[in-house]
Amino acid sequence: MQRNMQSSKPRLSPEERQIRVDKFKKFMMGSKEKDGFLKMFLIYSLLICIGFIYVYPILYMISSSFMSLDDLLDSSIKWLPSSFRLSNYLQAAKSMDYGRSLWQSVVIAGVTTLCNLISCSVIGYGLASFNFPGKKVAFGLIILTFVLPSQITMIPTYVLYSNMKILGTLWAFILPALTGMGINAPIFILIFWQFFRQVPRVLVEAAHIDGAGYFKSFFRISLPSAVPAFITVALFSFVWYWNESYLTELYVHGVMTESGWTTLIIQLSNFQANYSTYAQSTGAGATSLNESISMAGTLLSVLPLMIMYFVLQRYFVESVDRSGITGE
Amino acid sequence: MTKKETTQSKPKKEKKVHIRMGSLERREALAGLTFMIPWFIGAAVFLAYPLITSFWYALNNIRITPMGKTFRFLGYGNFTQILLSDQQFLPDLVDYIISTLISVPVIVVFALLIAMMLNQKIKLKGFFRLIFFLPVIIVSGPILGMLNGQNAGSISALDTQAITQAISSVLPAIVAKPIGDVFSNMVTILWYSGVQILIFLSALQKINSSMYEAARIDGASDWECFWKITLPTIKPMIVLNLVYTTVFISNNDQNAIIVLIKAAMFSGTSEKGYGYAAAMAWLYSLVVLLLVGLFAGVMLIRKDPYEQEVKKAKRDMKKEKRQLKRMRRRQARNAKKYAKLETKTVA
Repeated sequence: MQRNMQSSKPRLSPEERQIRVDKFKKFMMGSKEKDGFLKMFLIYSLLICIGFIYVYPILYMISSSFMSLDDLLDSSIKWLPSSFRLSNYLQAAKSMDYGRSLWQSVVIAGVTTLCNLISCSVIGYGLASFNFPGKKVAFGLIILTFVLPSQITMIPTYVLYSNMKILGTLWAFILPALTGMGINAPIFILIFWQFFRQVPRVLVEAAHIDGAGYFKSFFRISLPSAVPAFITVALFSFVWYWNESYLTELYVHGVMTESGWTTLIIQLSNFQANYSTYAQSTGAGATSLNESISMAGTLLSVLPLMIMYFVLQRYFVESVDRSGITGE
Repeated sequence: MTKKETTQSKPKKEKKVHIRMGSLERREALAGLTFMIPWFIGAAVFLAYPLITSFWYALNNIRITPMGKTFRFLGYGNFTQILLSDQQFLPDLVDYIISTLISVPVIVVFALLIAMMLNQKIKLKGFFRLIFFLPVIIVSGPILGMLNGQNAGSISALDTQAITQAISSVLPAIVAKPIGDVFSNMVTILWYSGVQILIFLSALQKINSSMYEAARIDGASDWECFWKITLPTIKPMIVLNLVYTTVFISNNDQNAIIVLIKAAMFSGTSEKGYGYAAAMAWLYSLVVLLLVGLFAGVMLIRKDPYEQEVKKAKRDMKKEKRQLKRMRRRQARNAKKYAKLETKTVA
């Protein structure tokens, strides 16, 4: 089409110039094989701008966590603090009881993730490879449990736990996770379901002919082929349990009774109270709570996950592709 | 998929031993139910029982005394009290509804835009995906609360103050406040779109490129390709993302209502407590389900043009049949009437 336009214009310029104009146009607007410069420029600049906006809060967090009180008040200092102070981190870590809460966060998220993996893989396999009466109802209920807010079942469950005397222990999280009712468990069940559907049925049938039972074929054939699904579910389950504060505070940490269990996220949500008790206990040694200290605390509580993310980034980014949520 | 294959493999075996087939099916069903046992237990203990009990709680006033819980039946008393005299619940609920209605489409459209851009042939694709997925790791109630509290959640280059002022001057306060909140916490709202971007991206990569080529040959532009090929193909993913985003926002700690419910649960006052909180939870859950239904419904309401035509044709056929029947009945009736008249006149 461009050629037509060019040729239809009665120009006196030599052919060489025409070719150059053509080339320039091709460079800017692109051709069938290659995208043009203008489009690429637009895409890159948009991506970089939005990327910066995305990272902005994190950068802000990092830069202000190093600042002293004077730097915070000084309007001429925007990003780079006058001196890198680590005392903010020290105070924040001490007030959050960092070592203990980190360990307990890891235990809570890790154990529940393990339970989720076991239960959701079994349930997903049951849904994917067998026909049984009431399968559609089960499916509908699984989706309903995803959409239904947890608040509606929260109060009776709380009473149930307190009757069973497991309130404030890890069992309050393990039991629902073991029965496929944990946080976001419907998503994990659906991931496993989608994955096990793709395991060729011929393989399983061949195993049956060779004398394997249903459980043996599950453990020997289907499970080993579902490693990507296991990785995806493990990562997401870990992250979501790590970041959960509402239910953790209710069941494991205990609202009325302090159980001794705590996580970094809960410590962060009670940061102000924690810090003031810490400041009182140390006396004159601690400065009063300011923006830098709370930013340092925030950074400290996301730091373990960030490290995990950057180490395992490939699995995170490819997780959705591998899990096959979007179909074949 | 499994269904198809079983039906395909059926006829081969059916010729020889028919009875065995039935027992195999029964055995398979039994095995399936065995695998589902954990879920059945979970559904009974952590879904059915709490649902029924919480409905019972919602109809009662529950006080906790050293002797145990005392129930006093109220009927719908809790609900009327929440709706008529609770100072916080209704305004918070309206806030939640409006901000969800705004932010969910914003998040999904934004995720789609980013996914479309990442789907182009660009360099550093992995790096950009890394950045856009990073918030998934960080997003949690307390951390968002901290960041929003320090105003790190707003785009400083954008003058959000002016936008919120302009909005509040035009709209009534009850609508303007949530809209203003959405604008002033724009970054953290966009942070919710990490998983959605990945879902869209992997859906976009699975669209068959020969479809685009065919459309190009027929003279379609990029713009037309987007509306006629891309959007219809990834429509299921759009619904999925809408539902996922709504659920995610509803369960987030930043949501004022779920904090309110927890506070009511442990409130020591005589009219609040477990029953009152349960009633709140029921109202809130109904609203969430309605919102999810709304988003899913808006997307699913427009069917395939082909299906629409088929449905229309079927409806027309039915109508015609009905008319035919009516005509026949009338004819029969008239014939009878005339026959009677004739006999009368003859007599």
